[in-house]
Amino acid sequence: MSDLRELYQTTILDHNRQPRNFRVPAAANRSATGHNPLCGDRVSVHVELEDGVVKDVGFQGNGCAISTASASLMTQAVKGKPVADVRRLFDAFHALVTSDPRREIDPDGVGKLAVFAGVREYPVRVKCATLAWHTLRAALDGGGATVKTE
Amino acid sequence: MKATFDVARLREEFPVLRRSQRGKPLVYLDSAATAQKPRAVIDAVSDFYANHYASIHRGVYELSETATQMFEDAREKLRTFLGAREAREIVFVKNATEAINLVARTFGRQNVGPGDEVLLTAMEHHADIVPWQMLCEERGARLRVTPIHDSGELDLEAFETLLSDRTRIVGVAHVSNVLGTINPVRELVALAHERGVPVLVDGAQAAPRIPLDVRALGCDFYAVSGHKLYGPNGIGALYARAELLETMPPFLGGGSMIESVSFEKTTYAGIPARFEAGSPNSEGAVGLAAALDWLFGLGMTNVARHEAELLAWATELLDAIPGVRIYGRAAAKTGVLSFTLDGVHPHDVGTVLDGEGIAIRAGHHCAQPLMERYGVPAMARVSLGVYNDHADLERLAHAVRKTAEMFR
Repeated sequence: MSDLRELYQTTILDHNRQPRNFRVPAAANRSATGHNPLCGDRVSVHVELEDGVVKDVGFQGNGCAISTASASLMTQAVKGKPVADVRRLFDAFHALVTSDPRREIDPDGVGKLAVFAGVREYPVRVKCATLAWHTLRAALDGGGATVKTE
Repeated sequence: MKATFDVARLREEFPVLRRSQRGKPLVYLDSAATAQKPRAVIDAVSDFYANHYASIHRGVYELSETATQMFEDAREKLRTFLGAREAREIVFVKNATEAINLVARTFGRQNVGPGDEVLLTAMEHHADIVPWQMLCEERGARLRVTPIHDSGELDLEAFETLLSDRTRIVGVAHVSNVLGTINPVRELVALAHERGVPVLVDGAQAAPRIPLDVRALGCDFYAVSGHKLYGPNGIGALYARAELLETMPPFLGGGSMIESVSFEKTTYAGIPARFEAGSPNSEGAVGLAAALDWLFGLGMTNVARHEAELLAWATELLDAIPGVRIYGRAAAKTGVLSFTLDGVHPHDVGTVLDGEGIAIRAGHHCAQPLMERYGVPAMARVSLGVYNDHADLERLAHAVRKTAEMFR
């Protein structure tokens, strides 16, 4: 069970139970939908973008604990940040969850999101962890199209 | 009821069951996706390559004659296994999916026209939905769907009503890959035949679990996958009544399926060769023959009894866990048990079980319309094989309880 605790850290279980920013911000002006065809999970991300800054952000949908917690923690991590910083954080997070599990992680780059390091041991779950992030990026790109993880 | 074969001894024949998963002894409960292979099958494939391999149906030398004989013996074994009248009613294909596509592309194109209908059921696998949907789009025909009751049983009255004078073919799963329901194929066939409508049965899940007799069922087409039958990947079979098969145009064109070829005109071979273009998966056929021999040794009646007994036990164990919801309570059910755990996504159930060494399926099971029918995005599915025993199910129940605690 030790490995599983590594994956399902207390923070992840908490954000799964009580997702933060689980809403559509009233002034949202960017949004996108993400779909993981493997499990049927859907998530929508809504952003209020003002002068190149994520002023507010929320998400909707339902999925597994990893995808729900990832979306929840993502909204907290990107709120108030300039788009350029959000993109850098996306890259750092993506690198984290797809890195070699034997490698030490650098918590400075991703802050609280380091709780997702356990996902590295479960390649099939990487898509769960990154679905909300891909969707956020699509929203920022202004696509409005559905993002697929496959 | 007691299993009439020795499961402990039988497990020894499956090398993979000796390995571990995430550091725990493997409990394999995903046989509806694909079954593990007994030593007899692994050895048969290896022996074929080591000692008997050559081009089949072509060589003028002894080695090729032997390989051809082994390939045709496999067809004969399938005939016996399915209860067909003649070996030429068995067409080798990749899998059940290809078998259904073959029928849709040949018989379907020939017989389904604008305004006609193809009648399916709400519990079909995507393999028995999409080929028909493609056909309907091409031909301007309509897909009709027989609804099911909450229990996972077909609504037979609705089926009768939906059978219209425009119905050109019926497609039905013998056993549902999600609900485990054993559909009353014999009755469905009788109803369809009264109106002159042929019936295709998707037997991918039934073939490894219950004794089969296509003549007793009366169906016109029956599709099976070798890999679910403890045989190799990439080999399967389509049974089709000879009278129908004779009237059907070819599926794929190429070598083996012709009588004579000129640039002006090609005449086609008789059945079943007409439907087997190109060099076939001969090692797959030989491996599948070994799997069938092995199943004959166990006896399909015993296999069915074993799975029924385990299913009843698994149902009792999971029903006792608070928050577990089981989908499919058909009176006639086998081998498959799908469930959800309140407040926990099926993928998380699958991952926690993985950590306990237990392999199950989590997702939509290639039956998205059925997920919609039950109002869930996904389910966790336990499916049984001949090698499963009570200890596997005890470990399953323990791990599901652990999952519930973890996410509480």
